[in-house]
Amino acid sequence: MRFRLERSPAPYWVRPLIPVIALIITFLLTASLIVWADANPFEGYYYFLIAPLANRVSAIEVLVKSTPLLLTGASVAFAFAAGYWNIGAEGQLYAGAIAATWLGLTLDGVSPFIAIPLMLIGGFIAGMLWALPPVWLKIRLNVDEIVTTLLLNSVILFLVSFLLNGPWRDPISGWPQSPEIAAATVFPKLLPRARLHLGFLVAMMVIGLMWYVLSRTRLGLTMRAAGLGPEAARYAGINVKRTLLTAALISGGIAGLAGVSEVAGIHFHLIEAISPGYGYTGIVIATLGALNPIGVAIAGLFIGLIETGSQNVSRALGVPAYLGDVVQATLLLVTLAALALQNFRLRLRAPDAAAELAAEEA
Amino acid sequence: MEVFVISLVAATLRVATPLIFGTLGELFAERAGILNLGIEGTMFFGAFVGFWVAQVSESLWIGLLAAVLAGMAAGLLMAVFSVTLGVNQHVSGLGITLLLIGLSLFSFRLIFGEPRVPPSIRPFTQLNPFPGIPLLEPLFEQYALTYVALALVPMVWWLLYRTDFGLRLRAVGENPEAVDAAGISVFRLRYLALTIGGGLMAAGGAFLSLGQLGAFTYGIIAGRGWVCIALIIFAHWHPVRVLWGALLFGGVFALQLRLQIAGADLPYETFLALPYVVTIIALAIAGRGAAAPAALLRPYKRE
Repeated sequence: MRFRLERSPAPYWVRPLIPVIALIITFLLTASLIVWADANPFEGYYYFLIAPLANRVSAIEVLVKSTPLLLTGASVAFAFAAGYWNIGAEGQLYAGAIAATWLGLTLDGVSPFIAIPLMLIGGFIAGMLWALPPVWLKIRLNVDEIVTTLLLNSVILFLVSFLLNGPWRDPISGWPQSPEIAAATVFPKLLPRARLHLGFLVAMMVIGLMWYVLSRTRLGLTMRAAGLGPEAARYAGINVKRTLLTAALISGGIAGLAGVSEVAGIHFHLIEAISPGYGYTGIVIATLGALNPIGVAIAGLFIGLIETGSQNVSRALGVPAYLGDVVQATLLLVTLAALALQNFRLRLRAPDAAAELAAEEA
Repeated sequence: MEVFVISLVAATLRVATPLIFGTLGELFAERAGILNLGIEGTMFFGAFVGFWVAQVSESLWIGLLAAVLAGMAAGLLMAVFSVTLGVNQHVSGLGITLLLIGLSLFSFRLIFGEPRVPPSIRPFTQLNPFPGIPLLEPLFEQYALTYVALALVPMVWWLLYRTDFGLRLRAVGENPEAVDAAGISVFRLRYLALTIGGGLMAAGGAFLSLGQLGAFTYGIIAGRGWVCIALIIFAHWHPVRVLWGALLFGGVFALQLRLQIAGADLPYETFLALPYVVTIIALAIAGRGAAAPAALLRPYKRE
């Protein structure tokens, strides 16, 4: 008698259960870290998942935290759907933040009805520009986009550091941060007494548009075809290079919007730590959301909850807030494993006759 | 002038050391057909575990050993995902990087708190195995791990190109079906390659915390893992070319440091960004026409 993994399709009721199972396993695995930090895991999960939703202020804060994540998640999902591995959302976010800061410092005394659309357009274009060299190298010289997008993430951090230590250094405080952007360029608040701002609506609109483009337009069809198999898509007469170019640039633009949103909605000036890795978290969200716009929306809000929760756990129980990063990564890996394993079945079975025969002959 | 050149070459070797470890580690993975994007996290984890264990055990070598073991465990984890489960290698590798960085930072905060001055240890000292050559003293004055890295290049070449194991490993990255048909386990070879590779990557990270810095900081790896991914393409997946690639990056890095000190009339961030930009350009020039292992990114499924 021995155990065997066999390949067989999952029954229909398994698929919807996967996120739930993955979540339970993730919390079982990460409980050990909470125990290590001398806290009670159940209390930890309460602060993680329930407490953020228990009152109005922190429930809205979850939406605030989700805003950049929904945008980077959408950015990554848009590129991945076309089979373009844009790992550069982090850098493209910073490009958008730089453009927003520049416009915010320049557009003083302009009406907000002009300034805010300019901020969004400027950030989108900046994200596109930062996404352009990798995709150009990819379609012209066949240079792997994963490497180039990752390296450009490091390069733009030096650019930000240069701007904040040089031309944009705040003359009043002397800190490496830019002066505050003009009032006209600050995103309006959506609710009284809360930080929720226009960026959240922008994120929701982007996700809605993404759904429309992917499922209802010719571009979406060609993108998905290129994502499923570039060879087959080319054979079907699709211009794969142009499709990749379009997908990569739009993806970069969306990530740029995340940078605009953080500058104009949250910080009101540029700092080096404007993104604690939102671009990389976008990869987690796009994957958890199965590259589907509605899935990205759900995953983005959930990761926003975890981000808020990890700060709660840190404040209330003294567990380092990095727990949130560990939970996100574990959830991603467990979900990947669960999706792969749904097509396997663990069987307890006697060695079959053929194997027995072979063993006897040997 | 001689002094300048010799100190530049000496610094180049120091900068190249972690890159040689990391890229050789990635070489094992990719020659076996697996793209391991867990490299950045594995180097980070190696730097952290090495530092922590060295501090607790008060032995740098035990710290290094622990880092290598931790890296091997990280390689095994990547193998579970990419080999056994056969999931997307990009996403699982990045997931492992995020996990290991998160885990390192969580543990570091829990163990060391939030000190104003980062905790430090007395790092490896540099030694000179060829004393008595007057002008070249600074060139040979290196960390032992730098010599290990330089020795690893011909050793890995020999292992890959002159042994049965190497032949099988390369074959599994090109044509796993044929390897399987020859009665050799594709799964075991890939597990082995990822485990060895993970250990090498972590040693590269530990070199930084135990040698060059003598401390663990949040920016300790700063994209070096991604540079290794670029170097492997630049090197056309060949161990000796890995050395040239690492020396090129190390050389540009060492040169920019000296240009900064010399007070060239440009912001210092320009120089810091230079090695990354040069890497991208080198990739565009030298990476063209490079043939990746044919089975790279393709999980092996036995039907």
